Amino acid sequence: MKDKTTSYKIKQYLMFAGPGTLLFFGAVIVPFLYGMYLTLTSWDGISKVKPFVGLANFAAAFQDTAYWQAMGRTAIYSCFSVILINIIAFALAYLVTSGVKGQNFFRAGFFVPNLIGGIVLGYVWKFVFNRAFVALGSAIAGGTVPSLLATPKGAMFCLILVSVWQYAGYMMLIYVAGFMSVSKDVQEAAMIDGCNSAQTMRNVTVPLMRSSFVQCLFLSITRCFVVYDVNLSLTKGEPFNSSVMAAMHVYNQAFTYKNYGVGQAEALILFLVCAIVGVTQVMVGKKGEVDA
Amino acid sequence: MLDNEKAARHKRICRVIMWVILLALFLCFIFPFVLVIINVFKTKADITSDPLALIGAHGFTLKNFPEAMKKMNFSRVFLNSAIITTSATVLTILVSSMTAFVMVRNPRWRICSLTFSLMIASMVIPFQVLMVPLVSVYGGTLGVLNHRLTLILLHVGFSVSMAMFMFHGAIKTNIPMELEEAATIDGCSRWQTYWKVVFPLLKPTIATVAIINAMAYWNDYLLPSLVLTKKDLYTIPIATQAFYGTYSTDIGLVMAALLLAMLPILILYVFLQRYIVEGVTSGAVKG
Repeated sequence: MKDKTTSYKIKQYLMFAGPGTLLFFGAVIVPFLYGMYLTLTSWDGISKVKPFVGLANFAAAFQDTAYWQAMGRTAIYSCFSVILINIIAFALAYLVTSGVKGQNFFRAGFFVPNLIGGIVLGYVWKFVFNRAFVALGSAIAGGTVPSLLATPKGAMFCLILVSVWQYAGYMMLIYVAGFMSVSKDVQEAAMIDGCNSAQTMRNVTVPLMRSSFVQCLFLSITRCFVVYDVNLSLTKGEPFNSSVMAAMHVYNQAFTYKNYGVGQAEALILFLVCAIVGVTQVMVGKKGEVDA
Repeated sequence: MLDNEKAARHKRICRVIMWVILLALFLCFIFPFVLVIINVFKTKADITSDPLALIGAHGFTLKNFPEAMKKMNFSRVFLNSAIITTSATVLTILVSSMTAFVMVRNPRWRICSLTFSLMIASMVIPFQVLMVPLVSVYGGTLGVLNHRLTLILLHVGFSVSMAMFMFHGAIKTNIPMELEEAATIDGCSRWQTYWKVVFPLLKPTIATVAIINAMAYWNDYLLPSLVLTKKDLYTIPIATQAFYGTYSTDIGLVMAALLLAMLPILILYVFLQRYIVEGVTSGAVKG
């Protein structure tokens, strides 16, 4: 082997990892650090000067009731979505691995919503809620039925429904991989020992799939907390700003109202909350992991 | 014997019930798409009067497509999306696999372990935290917004850590050191060894990384909408959003625009379905 002098190391590193490191720092590290600095200024987005204001932006963020309402709404939305996504995804995974006819076709079909971006999906569902369901409801009820998207509660329900529909197919794939990884021998052994299929599922298969659950929960929590595209296209925060989620509030605070410092402080708080919830979930989940 | 027969019949009935449930769920899942496809061939008046009818009272029409294509400038935005997605995906693969290679083979170098941990830690940062400083640095200070290249490089910068992590795992477990040593003895430099021996062996991971990232780039809205604000640079998601903002009342055109926006990836899915499902699964499970 060649002598590993410092200059050899640096040359090797730059040759292979130089471009990657540069782009990574340019896109993630520099903006992240610069963002920390921005939270300490009251920048309006245009002027050259960025007046230093200390922690005033964080104080403003903590007093911003609209922001905390959006955070609360996001928590409720995420809670319902995450639970429903995982229940439905698990059920789908169970059905498409049970050996019924055409299971590969179904598997591919349930994944389709994930191929399409949130913006387009939101508009498709907006049409479904505003036109198709209204027509259907009117035909059944015999009068004009208002759209679900017209009331705050209805809009929240629609957002949850669309998110569940969007992500269930993706999480299903992870659960399918989980089901496949549980060996048939263990299940058969349980059956021979006298378990019925429900008991086998509860006491053998599910505990062995724990890492799939941890992963799906982590992915769905982190995605739901920063939902933006579907929020923008499906409800746009309507009616009366009652469906503005945290990410949309941050966007509006920074880019619509030009409070860059406050917006960035609120984004940072959102990130911390999201990271704490996600990491706690993973740590709790990993603790009880078992091996076959 | 009788018991066995009974059990077999029970199992068969179970299968049929499961199949029916699956079919019902499947129909629920594709219902919104079916609705768009039905309505895209109707006139505006027919959609408004009965969005659920298979064929409108005024009959079958193809008029929505050419008009939506023209108003959305579809060929242009399709080309923009295609250029950005392809170049960003290719660059991501090259850049992140090279980074992974040097990191797997020299884990003791301080620079490697430092960047590696930074990249892993950064994967939890959501885009919302970075968007304001990004616009500030690249828009205000450097003034490089509204260039496709800026978006491509930012796309790569955001996904390099995740892709590097996947290549890292693949090189570590699948590429034996002996192979590289043999290449070195035969006179290959590290650079040649990488491109002639290691890179060709990474094909399955390359496919996974390509599929995951290409889908993410193609569908991304927030980052492109911040970087590209000029109309002739729009990608498909931005153009769809802008189109809806202008023509939301012209529902026939909206249907056509939505279908056009979905069509390229759906067509691709028909042909590459197996690879996409496999790629996404292995990517998700490893990540």
